[in-house]
Amino acid sequence: MFGYYLELALRSLKRSKALTALMVLAVAMGIGACMTTLTVLHVVSGDPIPEKSHALFTPQLEPRDKDNGFYSRGEPPEQVSWQDGMALLKAHRADRQVLMTGGMAPVQPANPSQDPFFVHARYTTAEFFAMFDVPLKYGHTWSATEDERRERIAVISSDLNEKLFHGEDSTGRTVRFNGADLRVIGVIEPWRPHPHFYDLNAGNYAESEDVYMPLGTARDIRGPRAGSRDCWGVGANVEETTLETSNCTWLQLWVEIDDPAHVAAYKAFLVHYSEDQRAAGRFLMPVNVRLRNVVEWLDFQKVVPSDVHLQVWLALGFFVVCLVNTVGLMLAKFMRRSAEVGVRRALGASRGAVFAQLVTEAGIVGVAGGVGGLLLALCGLWMVRQQPDQYASLAHLDMDMLVATFAVAIGATVVAGLLPAWRACQITPALQLKSQ
Amino acid sequence: MLDIRPILSTLHRHKVTAVLLVLEIALTCAIVCNAVFLVRQRLDWMHISSGVDEANVVDVRPVNIGDTPDMHGRINGTLAALRTIPGVDQVTLANQIPLGKESWNSGIKLDPNVVAPVMNVTNYYGENLLPTLGAEMLEGRNFRSDEYAWLDDITGGSKDVIIPHVAIVTKFVADRLFEGHALGKTIYYDDIPLQIIGVTQDIARPNVNDRATTYGSIFLPVRMTEGLGATYVFHTKPGQADSVIKAAVAKLREMDPNRVILSKRHYSDVRDTFFASDRAMTRLLVGVCIALLIVTALGIVGLASFWVSQRRRQIGVRRALGATRGDVLRYFQTENFLLATMGIVLGMLLAYGINIVLMVRYELPRLPVTYLPLGAVVLWLLGQAAVYAPAQRASRVPPVEATRGN
Repeated sequence: MFGYYLELALRSLKRSKALTALMVLAVAMGIGACMTTLTVLHVVSGDPIPEKSHALFTPQLEPRDKDNGFYSRGEPPEQVSWQDGMALLKAHRADRQVLMTGGMAPVQPANPSQDPFFVHARYTTAEFFAMFDVPLKYGHTWSATEDERRERIAVISSDLNEKLFHGEDSTGRTVRFNGADLRVIGVIEPWRPHPHFYDLNAGNYAESEDVYMPLGTARDIRGPRAGSRDCWGVGANVEETTLETSNCTWLQLWVEIDDPAHVAAYKAFLVHYSEDQRAAGRFLMPVNVRLRNVVEWLDFQKVVPSDVHLQVWLALGFFVVCLVNTVGLMLAKFMRRSAEVGVRRALGASRGAVFAQLVTEAGIVGVAGGVGGLLLALCGLWMVRQQPDQYASLAHLDMDMLVATFAVAIGATVVAGLLPAWRACQITPALQLKSQ
Repeated sequence: MLDIRPILSTLHRHKVTAVLLVLEIALTCAIVCNAVFLVRQRLDWMHISSGVDEANVVDVRPVNIGDTPDMHGRINGTLAALRTIPGVDQVTLANQIPLGKESWNSGIKLDPNVVAPVMNVTNYYGENLLPTLGAEMLEGRNFRSDEYAWLDDITGGSKDVIIPHVAIVTKFVADRLFEGHALGKTIYYDDIPLQIIGVTQDIARPNVNDRATTYGSIFLPVRMTEGLGATYVFHTKPGQADSVIKAAVAKLREMDPNRVILSKRHYSDVRDTFFASDRAMTRLLVGVCIALLIVTALGIVGLASFWVSQRRRQIGVRRALGATRGDVLRYFQTENFLLATMGIVLGMLLAYGINIVLMVRYELPRLPVTYLPLGAVVLWLLGQAAVYAPAQRASRVPPVEATRGN
């Protein structure tokens, strides 16, 4: 039966080409706009590390000596100081813990004819790679021992490996970073979590770093920091080289707690630590700790740009207009065929059969609109990628969105066709036959 | 006008289609009004003044590899060499530039005993930065050369360095904190008292994250050192910007091959980058508005054509009874006018509804009333234009159609 409806539908669509084209165009434009913006939303609001996001937490403490409510609004700082970071790192109270900061410096290629170029770096303690599931291509990463010894070693990205060593296994070779020689001990596979959740100072959708080295090593070679630092007390009089002993927060601390039952215990530990620091006179403010997991953290930091939400609403509005338009046109088209429906009804077709046939017709418009919408969405995403925003380069249609495009296109058009089809099958056969 | 009653009774028989058309016009009206308003907001924002003499300012940002001994002498030498470049009016090493990416901020206070700062401002460092940016002093004076201190001496805590105790503020800061009478007053920066010796025109801060304090900038007599985002800023003679950039880059490289040039740009590039995503959003909004209007127009054409073809006999009868072609044309145009009016009225209500949501969620101002008549005119014209071709076709229906069976 469906085959027959399909044939009837195709025939009818061919009969009024202009009207059909208008409907398909409207659906395609609406779908194209919606899918473009929804894909962007999907990309920017995704979970950067789905297998582990519930187990990774960033502890926040209140170490400041006075409340300048101006910046904090009751929230502890987003980063930690060297003293607190080191103390929490060495306490080993979570399954894994990592203390780090971002950096940026020139790399000088061995070949002197090649100009130095800038790379982003991560100065981090050893468990970074295990904690964030960073895939390794060659060599190995380092351990707490190398952190302790502040060894001149680095793990580099495959991009940098390509640029400096033509993609070969470069372990044992040397990278000249900010004038210091670092021995390459590992190369990682391409890896780019987005959002760049572990350090949003780099930019919410920043690319991942090209050079990773032990935090202590970076301090020894005076690796230039890239990120924010917030100081209190006599904050302006702090030099970059004395950050370890100053009242500044400038490091990111992340911990992994695999067993959800241990989260409360870790939070209690943070409270306990803060109380100890208050007792010692280091912390002067009331104890104020936070332990947010990845998703809560991204939410708290309002990572998804508000323009993206606005665009989605705009596109949905546009889609609704397109659908209303399609309903109107479809109604016009179906009503025009009153006579045909009358004849079919008179010849014994049930209301259900007529209804099914007309809805099939709507579905075909939906499929055609979906194809058109897909093309427009690809076009739209290409335009998004030309935009300057950091997240723009991520805007690609994935399989989920592809399936969603067709599902939405067909679903919406069928829904749009329900009212016209229902109206059309209310036609009394006798009346139509008479007027013939 | 006489046609209105029969039109209404005809529409009554096509309730669903008429309602759909009204709905479509209403939605379009509501979305377009708000989108145009958003575009207006963005355009206003994109045209704010930076306070910089934009045509004649360029900056070149070098970064050094490794440590550099004798920083002060090196910078003085570099500045002296850069000053000899033809076309250079002024040159300085600044910590940041208006509407740039990185920013140096702090909270300032009016009373050292009060814990909370009264305003968050950005701090500009760099000898002679104000004339280099081409900024005008409104009151007071610029810094004297003996008032300057080197940044690293201050942060290094050298005992023989006199920490500056003077500052220049923008008009915005003067107005907000001292009702315009800022000269001679004291502000506290990290508990250091600073006497205001000058008020300059408004100069935007870099990395604006709160538009209400876009011009919250203060200038301190601090000589910037290289590194940490420091950039050489030039004020060039008219039309010499390009040649200055080229010569400056060559000179910086020649003086020290270990310098990597991180960026070199006209001030207009800084501005373009700063507003790039607003510009993209504006284009998108305009694009959606145009697409919406097209879709709505096509919808009107489609439905009107359908109505015309349905009413051929009725039109024929009217023609046979003496209606002129003009009467028929006017009939369809009036019909569209009525539908559009209903859509516009509904659309205006909807527009205000959407605006309220935007006000709450995105802190947007209220939609100005002037948008309503403008939106109405646009949609009326759009409707009339869209209905014209089908109405023309209707007017060409011959009277003989009255005798046909259909």
